[in-house]
Amino acid sequence: MNVQTQPETARSSAVKINDFVLKIGNVNGTGSASANGLLMKAIFRMGVPVVGKNLFPSNIQGLPTWYEIRVSKDGWTARSGNIDLMVAMNLESYEQDLKSVSPGGALLYDSTWPRPKLHGRDDVTVIGVPLAKMTNTEFANARTRVLMKNMAYVGAVAALTGIDMAVIQSLVEETFKAKPKLFAPNMKALMLGHDYITRNYDALPLHVEPMDATKGNILIEGNDAAALGCVYAGATFGAWYPITPSTSLMDGFKSHCQKLRVDPETGKNNYCIIQAEDELSAIGMVIGANWNGARSFTPTSGPGISLMSEFIGFAYYAEVPAVLFDIQRVGPSTGMPTRTQQGDITLAAYASHGDTKHIVLFPADPKECFELAVDAFDAAERYQTPVFVLSDLDIGMNEWMVPRLEWDDARRPDRGKVLNAEQLDKIEKFYRYMDVDGDGIPYRTIPGEHPKGAFFTRGSGHTKFGGYTEDSAAYQEVLDRILQKWKNSADHLPAPIIESAAKPTRRAILTVGGCDGAVREAIARMAETGLHFDYLRVKAFPFHSEIETFIAAHETVFVVEQNRDGQLRQLLINETAAEKKQLVSILDYSGMPADTGLIAQMISDHCQAEA
Amino acid sequence: MTSIKKPLVDKHLPKNRQGLTLRDYEGVASTLCAGCGHDSITAAFVKAFHELDLEPHRAAKVSGIGCSSKTTAYFLGQSSGINTVHGRMPSVATGAAAVNPDLHYIGVSGDGDSLSIGLGQFAHAIRRNLDMLYVIENNGVYGLTKGQFSASADIGTRAKYGEVNEQSPIDPVRLALTLGATFVARSFSGDKEQLVPLIKAGLMHRGFAVIDVVSPCVTFNDHAGSTKSYAHTYKYYHPVVHADFVPEEMEITADYAAGEAITIPVHSGGEVVLRKTPDSHDPRDRDAAFDLLKDLDGPEIPTGLIYIDESRPEMGEMNNIPETPLNAIDHSKLCPGSDKLKELMDGYS
Repeated sequence: MNVQTQPETARSSAVKINDFVLKIGNVNGTGSASANGLLMKAIFRMGVPVVGKNLFPSNIQGLPTWYEIRVSKDGWTARSGNIDLMVAMNLESYEQDLKSVSPGGALLYDSTWPRPKLHGRDDVTVIGVPLAKMTNTEFANARTRVLMKNMAYVGAVAALTGIDMAVIQSLVEETFKAKPKLFAPNMKALMLGHDYITRNYDALPLHVEPMDATKGNILIEGNDAAALGCVYAGATFGAWYPITPSTSLMDGFKSHCQKLRVDPETGKNNYCIIQAEDELSAIGMVIGANWNGARSFTPTSGPGISLMSEFIGFAYYAEVPAVLFDIQRVGPSTGMPTRTQQGDITLAAYASHGDTKHIVLFPADPKECFELAVDAFDAAERYQTPVFVLSDLDIGMNEWMVPRLEWDDARRPDRGKVLNAEQLDKIEKFYRYMDVDGDGIPYRTIPGEHPKGAFFTRGSGHTKFGGYTEDSAAYQEVLDRILQKWKNSADHLPAPIIESAAKPTRRAILTVGGCDGAVREAIARMAETGLHFDYLRVKAFPFHSEIETFIAAHETVFVVEQNRDGQLRQLLINETAAEKKQLVSILDYSGMPADTGLIAQMISDHCQAEA
Repeated sequence: MTSIKKPLVDKHLPKNRQGLTLRDYEGVASTLCAGCGHDSITAAFVKAFHELDLEPHRAAKVSGIGCSSKTTAYFLGQSSGINTVHGRMPSVATGAAAVNPDLHYIGVSGDGDSLSIGLGQFAHAIRRNLDMLYVIENNGVYGLTKGQFSASADIGTRAKYGEVNEQSPIDPVRLALTLGATFVARSFSGDKEQLVPLIKAGLMHRGFAVIDVVSPCVTFNDHAGSTKSYAHTYKYYHPVVHADFVPEEMEITADYAAGEAITIPVHSGGEVVLRKTPDSHDPRDRDAAFDLLKDLDGPEIPTGLIYIDESRPEMGEMNNIPETPLNAIDHSKLCPGSDKLKELMDGYS
């Protein structure tokens, strides 16, 4: 028996109610994802806000993997920077895992194999549970034993932190509704862990207490939400090449379509998904489908965008709509494919050779993945151009707690300026690239719809009439109009989120995408120390005019982003009147989801140095 | 310049059932070199589409980059077209056909566009049995960049300034057959009698119809020592199976003696009619097609329809797409609505 007394430091600390972080270190491929998901969902079902971060290796089986669950009564979604309870299931990462526990925290390990030499921290409560021994005794099959060991630690954690076993039981029932035989063994494993703790240990000073703060919320991954956005936007065609971390977006689209888009009368699919031979082909297919008037998209990641760049320039210049989801991962090159980053900001903004500028939308959480997916299709058709939705691995592949997704039945797709057969009948002659309305947006037609609507699309120099040209003035006229069209879109794209500090301040923080949660929490933390910041989060490029105004109103604007080179800051310098020295980069390109503690530290340090 | 207008002549040309003359199927004036084989293929397209009574706006032209790809501007001026990027036309055609299979897709490519930079896309379009006509205007040489060998250059063929190719060529016909293409033909730009019917049959075929058309480059590859010159092609290329397309409503005329013709009904109505020559084979027999092609290193190159299979599902069928093209389905059928979303959200809480 490995019962240990709790150290003084831990025992004396106040009980953390609904405000702590639990991290599970495990071996990849052992089925820990479902166990961890169960823990998180149970906390959510108890009405307590929670968020989970899956920190996994690029590997199928064997390498260390972690799952971080933050319980936050205030609803903060970022990593806090602390670890209050570490479940160290992986011998390989045990030493590192122990080190990472915050002072006064606790560590649970599988005491089937004692690790006396590795206990070297007296400020941490160490809890041994013979998980393997118990499950090996109770279960025969080798694979089952591995899976059940995970369920056993779920039971142990529940007992240590007061997670309601009745809630867990109802979740297990839901999970195995279709396979009721599996219910009993899973419950048995859960209770093995649970009862071992209640027999041998006191509960930890980390407590989950029922709340009523999750009503109206859901737990959803960004890629799944974006896939739903594609369904609701009316996308009928998707082409893709598998790449982490974007794959689950197309998986999601497929599974939603199988339920929502199969014609009940004919059994035919009102959608088509093609797995392309590579990303070059995937974007070509998307361009072909959009050229033919169907809303279509491709999900990919940075390496895919690099490959697609030639076609992106073609679509930009030939003015073919396209929607690209870039679920960013760590680059350059193959980089760290299962880690998160915001490294494709400048790539997306200016993708392709020659003068090209694109519309880029930046969701901050899964709810915005849904909303901006729909907006992206509207923008692509309104402005007849490729539109990027720049998500990342953290948003795309982690479950976030967000308000339930909503749909307004009055919303109709904005197909932009498309001349139908009736309109074509009435006009004398159609010219594809003529700026008829003076807003930089020409009219387009759908091939095959009407003889008068036929046109020839080319990436080579063309006149406003659509004909081939090598005439400088005629070429420039079209290129200038396309720029004007892009500029005109700025104030019609999703506006930035702006929040004022509690007290007047000349300092501000500006950020983008998934840093949102960490930055807003950092602002709250720093306000307690007397540092106040106004806040702006960019939602779209080209930059809304309010962004320039906001920057101009502040002496210092900290630009928080997850890349080495300060790509958002580069874009701000490039595309607004902001002064270089006004914009201070706060960068975290570790590959980890944004960390409140780290961001607050970096900004506070800078402010102190200034003072 | 492709914007040069052609003079209006021949007002009394015969009209087809669309009420259109040959001229209505032409495009802007060609900017290729005088005598280019590609221009003969362009003329064959014009004739074929006119004879098929095709509504011009119901055709869609797709191409990549190169001399051959430019030619989509030179025919079917009343059709929509998309001149894409180098080697990537098949992907654009794939997306376009997936959302509207009702248009006739005509892809024009070259040996550089299809066999070097675009080899991957060419191969995968075949695997998907994309319903389109895909014509490779094959001259063994890069024209626009002035005379480099392409991947179809034969071993031993000489470049204009004497360089001899030692690398083994890629034969699009054998490649297409290996990859499972359902209509495989070879022809010669100088043989309109053979080419026009092949274009018609290929266009009406359900699935991927590839026609490799040897099309001599008069500027860079038409000299002694070149295996893609007019002289060499005339001498060594021999028709083996003559294919024609006969529309549904037209009776097969007495041209075909009993036992000599094989008819294959095609999906869109009408029939492909095959006539064999003494040293030919049954193009429905894939093994026989391979046998026919195995001696390609000899002097005789068989031309005509090498292989046809109307039974394989094309891409749309494989993907269970509906009768109504995806680009024409009303939003109300595509968007599940707010009540459904509420129901879905319950599954996430």
